[in-house]
Amino acid sequence: MTEVLEGRQPQGDPADATQADPSEPFLVVDDLSVHFPTHDGLVHAVSNLSYSVGLGETLGIVGESGSGKSVSSMAVLGLHNVKRTRMTGSIRVGGKEIVGASDSTMRKIRGNDVAMIFQDPLTALHPFYTIGKQITEAYRLHNKVDKKTAKRRAVEMLELVGIPQPDRRVDEYPHQFSGGMRQRAMIAMSLVNNPKLLIADEPTTALDVTVQAQILDLMQDLQKEFGSAVIMITHDLGVIAEIADEVLVMYAGRCVEKGTCKEILTHPEMPYTWGLLGSVADVSGDTSKPLIPIPGTPPSLLNPPTGCSFHPRCTHKDKVPDGRCATELPALRAGRYALHQTRCHLPDPDAIYETEVKEKIR
Amino acid sequence: MFGYIVRRLIAAFLVVVITSMIVFALFFYGPSNPAAVICNQNGRCTDARQTLLEDALGLNDSVVSQYGIFVKGLFVDRTISTGSADFPCDAPCLGVSFRTGQEVTAQLVDKYPATFSLAIVGGTLYLVLGVVIGVFAAKWRGTAGDRLLVGGSLIISSIPYYIFALLAWLLLITEWKIFPQSVYTPITEDPGAWFSALLLPWLVLMVAQSPQYARFGRGSMVETLSEDYIRTAAAKGLPRNRVLFKHGLRAAIVPIVTIFGLDIAALLGGTVFTEYIFGIDGIGKWGLDAIRVLDFPIISATVLVSAVLVVLANLVVDILYSFLDPRVRLA
Repeated sequence: MTEVLEGRQPQGDPADATQADPSEPFLVVDDLSVHFPTHDGLVHAVSNLSYSVGLGETLGIVGESGSGKSVSSMAVLGLHNVKRTRMTGSIRVGGKEIVGASDSTMRKIRGNDVAMIFQDPLTALHPFYTIGKQITEAYRLHNKVDKKTAKRRAVEMLELVGIPQPDRRVDEYPHQFSGGMRQRAMIAMSLVNNPKLLIADEPTTALDVTVQAQILDLMQDLQKEFGSAVIMITHDLGVIAEIADEVLVMYAGRCVEKGTCKEILTHPEMPYTWGLLGSVADVSGDTSKPLIPIPGTPPSLLNPPTGCSFHPRCTHKDKVPDGRCATELPALRAGRYALHQTRCHLPDPDAIYETEVKEKIR
Repeated sequence: MFGYIVRRLIAAFLVVVITSMIVFALFFYGPSNPAAVICNQNGRCTDARQTLLEDALGLNDSVVSQYGIFVKGLFVDRTISTGSADFPCDAPCLGVSFRTGQEVTAQLVDKYPATFSLAIVGGTLYLVLGVVIGVFAAKWRGTAGDRLLVGGSLIISSIPYYIFALLAWLLLITEWKIFPQSVYTPITEDPGAWFSALLLPWLVLMVAQSPQYARFGRGSMVETLSEDYIRTAAAKGLPRNRVLFKHGLRAAIVPIVTIFGLDIAALLGGTVFTEYIFGIDGIGKWGLDAIRVLDFPIISATVLVSAVLVVLANLVVDILYSFLDPRVRLA
């Protein structure tokens, strides 16, 4: 197993030497906007998003479907079609700027420095190639080794992620694996090059709950061993509570609240986060209490609402004078606790949460 | 796998047998009288001679016994008599030509290589060209390049094939003399002549037939490129063309193979227009000539050959599927 950890080989790329600031976190996303021009107009998928993740840290990104979680993470891998995407701002991976970077630069980063785990491992693995072939392809792309060595590496990786009889399963096709096994294989494939940043895009959504827990445990164990940075994209606050150090709540392509996992889960200051917490089933508490869904639907990113994008669904907007919620976009400001940031006009959201909201949603 | 192939071969055999019965019955119950055809050949037909011919050819026997004789002839030599003359027919006997008295089987063996050369090379060319166009149209979808490829292939496929082929022959061979006017020669005799005689027909087939594969290939590729595993391949850091061909085309080719299997079977059964227009002595031309003079043994032989080819192509496609798609298990 220790051999596996030493597998990383230095890449002879001069760009590696131009690490700007050694104290800078491994991934820095700064004022990132991702817009897609379409026939109907410009889709504002991600607007002015900033965050950073250091090695060994886990950032959880939460939000509804279409809130820009996946789009922003795919931007980190440069997976958007350049011709159909307008990207502004800055993404620095290990000090290297990747917004506007050439395809060949991106290819060296993809799957090597930054790897991604996708939501549904059945559709994310190629149905016509064996698991082993798909893993060795990723490995040999970034390491000059022969097929035999690569295959040995694939077997090691499968063993590492807990697949029984890896030397036999390595020659099987994805459809011969169970759902949990497929996700393990997917993880093995993304970790084969010891990436420093792992982006997991809803890795447990397609799995049942027991397998979910196993996969999360596996990811945490692997993170401890590899010391990599992890971005966990999910809409499941249970997953966040288990795995994340920091949490970023996204709504309509914007960061609406950001802070440590504990802060966000215990002292949320943004009505949207309250709504998310209110929608979580608490099986240990009073199970007869109904869940409180957030009213309405996520806004269109083609014509985002003016002001705060959450205001059409917000039940607290009357507490803000002059209807500012509908006219003025709140800035991301410091919350009550350290490192906590929130985007809301409410004068004292923490107090409102303590007095009005907490009772209802817990 | 082996059991599957055996079972499919038995089924294929039954289909061929039933087809042969239908073909036989069609001619038996059809409006034309083979005896009258032979009798009228020299224009001096008398009722007595026609009756004699009908008796000699066994046309008055029941359809079952006539079919029995036909089937028996496939396995043992027989002699076909017209009353005035006897024609030997070696097994497998598909009859003798009413006009020339030549054995149909021997003629088939003689003419088939021309059709085979035309179909296999032409088919391969238009498959490859069509798929390549389709892949690039899919890669460039929505751009001017895509519209050019799709629009261009639409224009070509709107022209009826016989007009397209005739124009090519007229302009390129007769008018501008870009291609030589040459006669089909078997490859075993003179590979150079074989090539020069077939070059234009191949190109015409390629250009005229590739649009349907371009459009089909584009559709299949566009669908495949939106699959999650394509995004996975890109996320690994694979170069774009490797994503496109190794991951995209590998999956998109499967439905194309199905269509092509049936298409090539039809082509192998005789490329009537191409052979006729370019004067290639293959079984398409042979069959059409036979229809014009009601030479029944030849017509039934060509129909039978086509049926066998379609059945075989189906079988080959099904077996190929299990190699192309590991999820398909033949059992």
